[in-house]
Amino acid sequence: MKKRKERINRGIKVRSGDIYALCSWQEMLYLSGPRIFPFVLFLLLPFVLGIYWQKVLLSVAVFSLLAISWDILAQSGMISLGQSLFFGMGAYCAGIMNHYWGMSPFLTIPLATVAGGFICTVMLLPVLRLRGIYFSMVTLILPIMLVRIIEATRIFGGTEGISGMSPMPSKWIELYLVLGVLLGALFGFRRMLDSDYGLVLKGIADNDRSVTNAGINIYLFKAQALFISGCIGAFSGAFMTHVYMFVGMPVFALDYSILPIAAAVVGGPGTLAGATLGAFILVPLSELLRGVGGLRIVFYGILLVVFIVTLPEGIFHYVQRKYNQFERWVEVDR
Amino acid sequence: MLIGTTIYALINSVILALTAIGFNLTFGISGVANFAYGAFYILSAYTTWILMNQFGVPYLISVPVSILLMAVLGALMYRLVLKRLRGQVLAEVIATFGMGLVILELFRYFGLVGFEYTLPPFIDSSHIILGTYLDMQRLLIVIVAVVVIFLLWFFTHYTSLGLAFRGIAQDERTALTFGMDSDKIATLAVAFGAGLAAVAAAVIIPLGSIAPGEGYDVLIKALAVCIIGGLGSTGGVIAASFLIGFAERFTDSYIGTHWTMIVSLAAILCVLLIKPSGFFGKQKELEERI
Repeated sequence: MKKRKERINRGIKVRSGDIYALCSWQEMLYLSGPRIFPFVLFLLLPFVLGIYWQKVLLSVAVFSLLAISWDILAQSGMISLGQSLFFGMGAYCAGIMNHYWGMSPFLTIPLATVAGGFICTVMLLPVLRLRGIYFSMVTLILPIMLVRIIEATRIFGGTEGISGMSPMPSKWIELYLVLGVLLGALFGFRRMLDSDYGLVLKGIADNDRSVTNAGINIYLFKAQALFISGCIGAFSGAFMTHVYMFVGMPVFALDYSILPIAAAVVGGPGTLAGATLGAFILVPLSELLRGVGGLRIVFYGILLVVFIVTLPEGIFHYVQRKYNQFERWVEVDR
Repeated sequence: MLIGTTIYALINSVILALTAIGFNLTFGISGVANFAYGAFYILSAYTTWILMNQFGVPYLISVPVSILLMAVLGALMYRLVLKRLRGQVLAEVIATFGMGLVILELFRYFGLVGFEYTLPPFIDSSHIILGTYLDMQRLLIVIVAVVVIFLLWFFTHYTSLGLAFRGIAQDERTALTFGMDSDKIATLAVAFGAGLAAVAAAVIIPLGSIAPGEGYDVLIKALAVCIIGGLGSTGGVIAASFLIGFAERFTDSYIGTHWTMIVSLAAILCVLLIKPSGFFGKQKELEERI
């Protein structure tokens, strides 16, 4: 007997898909649970974890931010292969401000966020006039070339980098700062992507010519998306500079480019929550795999290929569907 | 000095053209940007090395074998992975990039790095030409590149398969109505690209040693040349490799080695600003620009 899978929206999804018509506290909880969960998790986790895993949580948050920044770009039709450009720009900006001009971390991080985002936007502006893979190519090239340039001209400490940055006042401030920013970015930019503004960005990804036909200047929107994404990436870089108290060529390393992509693809592109979920899966996993060292990038590469072929929607969409729908096998009508 | 620099610039340009032409062929015909290109380049070099040093296969046999192997691998990559993702640029880029990473990082992990990992030159002698010390391997690269480019030109203009290649490249749907199997052609295009990467590796690697990091360099050089020349245009690739090749060599000898990277980076950004589709990217200009 041939069967097909029937998917039925749960009652709560039907009633609350467009307008909220909730009948009980239970339903309220069912709906708000997934949204409240990350808040509670981020608030409580630092207390539960030991010092080592607190550090892991820190890098989870940083990679989540990078993945979110990648996802925003991907939503606007720009596939970046060099998230480390944003990260590194932020890191170097913060490093220079702190080391040469002696600013405090609370000044350098916001300044470096904006400055790093701005520099990245300017560097990538020429590419925005082209569609398709040009953006990916140039983003892949830029960080590697910048490394060469720093190596060759020995600016900003050259191969040695700059060390001895001022640290954050305490590890609690450190943790809650980055977790707070992550929550803000996650929910804020999710909202942004759902608004009309986000609609234009997604429209550019789907069909840029028809967006142009609607009388919208897509270059302006693309540049804005680039700036937003650059700022998020630069923030994580600037933040990490003060955590490691060091900035050098490793900030342009491949890890910072490939892990965010892997996280977003594994978690599910398009929702930002998926990107965060992906980082929450991949970073601790790679921490457990620390013993294999260099194989980590191989592992990410394999995950990327497997997920893009077998589950291109990503884990988040899959879970979301299960949360909102029943599934059952029904016989096919003759 | 000037003559020497010019000769080396010429050779540098030819090397660039040879590395870029495979990438360009694959992209021009199937529209797949093969970000695993550098990985194929390195993989073929290691294959030749392993065949020679572990299995004792003669050099002249192991080179064609590894070229063939790369072509088969390229075809397999298209059949098994890329075919399912056709048309989704995001997925294609991520998948090929991921596969390239896997190959290159595996080699790095197994530590196949060092001076012993190199291929022997075909002809180990050198001459003084126009007062410049020049080894035969570099001359051989020029000859191979010229032959490869000529063969490609002949293939795409005078054989039915080559004409089918161009047909698919120009207008896939119309080509389909003429009975050209776009999947078959795309498989062949990816295979040819991988094979050309192996050819390039076979003649260029003897100048240095095999290192996984070289894979990224090759990919980046190929990308830079293709962006400047205009993707999918063979003439553009040759012109762009001469532009970058000369610029690099001359900055190297007259300004300083540090500046070569900056020159090519500046060239890419300038070309993208002035003529976004590259110098000769006429074929798909409208589709690439918005």
